[in-house]
Amino acid sequence: MLNVALPKGRLGEKVYDMFARAGFECPSILEKGRKLIFENPEAGVRYFWVKPSDVAIYVERGAADIGVAGKDILLEYEPDVYELFDLDIGKCRMAVAAKKGFRDNTERTLKVATKFSNITRNHYAAIGRDIDIIHLNGSIEIAPILGLSDVIVDIVETGSTLKENDLEVIDTIVPISARLIANKASFKFKSDAIERIMAGLENTEKVTK
Amino acid sequence: MNFNSSVLRSDEKAVFELRSLYSSYGYSRYKMSKFEEYDLYVRNKEFLVSDRVITFTDTNGKLMALKPDVTLSIIRNSEDADGYVRKVYYDENVYRVSKGNDAFGEIMQTGLECIGDIDDYNIYEVLMLASESLKRISDEYVLDLSHMGVVEYVLDSMGVSSETREKLLLCVGEKNVHEIRSVCEKEAVSSAALEKLVTTYGNGERVCAVLRELIPECDHVASLEKMVSALEKNGYAGHVNVDFSVTGNVRYYNGFVFKGFVNGIASGVLSGGQYDKLMARMNRRSRAIGFAVYLDLLERFADNGDSYDVDTVILYDEGADLDALNGVIKMLTDSGRSVTAQRRLPEKLHYKQLLRLQERGVEILENNA
Repeated sequence: MLNVALPKGRLGEKVYDMFARAGFECPSILEKGRKLIFENPEAGVRYFWVKPSDVAIYVERGAADIGVAGKDILLEYEPDVYELFDLDIGKCRMAVAAKKGFRDNTERTLKVATKFSNITRNHYAAIGRDIDIIHLNGSIEIAPILGLSDVIVDIVETGSTLKENDLEVIDTIVPISARLIANKASFKFKSDAIERIMAGLENTEKVTK
Repeated sequence: MNFNSSVLRSDEKAVFELRSLYSSYGYSRYKMSKFEEYDLYVRNKEFLVSDRVITFTDTNGKLMALKPDVTLSIIRNSEDADGYVRKVYYDENVYRVSKGNDAFGEIMQTGLECIGDIDDYNIYEVLMLASESLKRISDEYVLDLSHMGVVEYVLDSMGVSSETREKLLLCVGEKNVHEIRSVCEKEAVSSAALEKLVTTYGNGERVCAVLRELIPECDHVASLEKMVSALEKNGYAGHVNVDFSVTGNVRYYNGFVFKGFVNGIASGVLSGGQYDKLMARMNRRSRAIGFAVYLDLLERFADNGDSYDVDTVILYDEGADLDALNGVIKMLTDSGRSVTAQRRLPEKLHYKQLLRLQERGVEILENNA
């Protein structure tokens, strides 16, 4: 039985749809209710819904053999997993944004508000810029408006939230999309099933394109 | 000494089992101090699993560290072995921050090191002992074997910058083909050979056949083939895979690198490789190969879910006849059961059987098993 961690929410539903089209259906997952674990013994698969940011932990610790996580989560937590496939959905980008007309004064330490401290640290370390990270858990866009930070590092999908708050993207750090990840030990003992899923997903992607 | 081995945890059983395995191949036990000069670790930070080390100042003013690693200490305390090979094994506690856990922990580790004029037999012996160590832990095991020379050969042929090389090596470790493609596209180099290397894994013979076509000039393929064939012939067929996602730090490792997995444990329980480059960095002429088994990961392995603290609780009243009480307890322990004698039933104690010592004999109050 292959344990699959799916991210709760719209992205997870899209992902399940891809798995189902790839031949790993589990009809009970579509029933409304509060159940979190769904099994289809015939297809040899068990799905469970978890918080998107927790998928990588479930997979790294082996509670799930495979899962689907955003590249943002993988870059932030750097789990020790295999990153097997880019599902090409849930596309957005990790970007630096600031108030419109912002001038970056390189003589002083840059104050950066973000939920993604690790990605931010790595990005600015690579360009040798001294920064002060302000870790926030939400409403990051407010930080530069209230003078809490000079810039923010956050996920940008359409850019409308930024626009509404008079902010703009000044730099793109990395494009983001959903990735199929696998536990390294599970891959050794369940490689046939995981490879079948990968092949199925690849075909699904080709048909969709 | 006579004792019931069922009282041992999986990790403790493994220590005894592996100690006897390594001794039987002439490895001698290496016992070391818990402390080492901090300076050793600062100079070789990237060799460590985590660069965070517990330090303290010794009475002579020297900055010391609680050992986060064993290999560095063994190299530091060993001299070059010209014309022969020093074989040692250890079981030691190391102190480091585990990944995903921002606190220091004490980790039990066992392993072996083979230092000196390393030849093919020595490499085979270490790989065989790694396979055998895994086999002794579980029948369902896999030893993933890789060769840094092969990976570096392919990376060299791409002619990319050292920064890109590092990125690509990371992708190889993640089996991340889409990222390899994207990095190579940006650098305008072909990703074909590296993609093939990453997507070809599993049965050694099959992988080596692919490699012979992919990189016919690379001498390391023949070494890989030789080891795979020797391991397969000697009882490890079906358990040794070639997988280039096993990588090591190129500044320290060269040649063979390997990782061992056991079904039921979420991460690699064994990790090792040839570290001639580390030896050279520490001004040693000798070559070296070794591995470590992470015993802390075995703690919950083969946990049969025993939900009892004790087999039998025997209750007795104050003033009970000592000989009678002792007699009953001895009879139960002689039959292999664990017994606790109590005047009152302790709270939250999980037991199979509850007995009470009466004047006329023993009364069974509860049977839970």
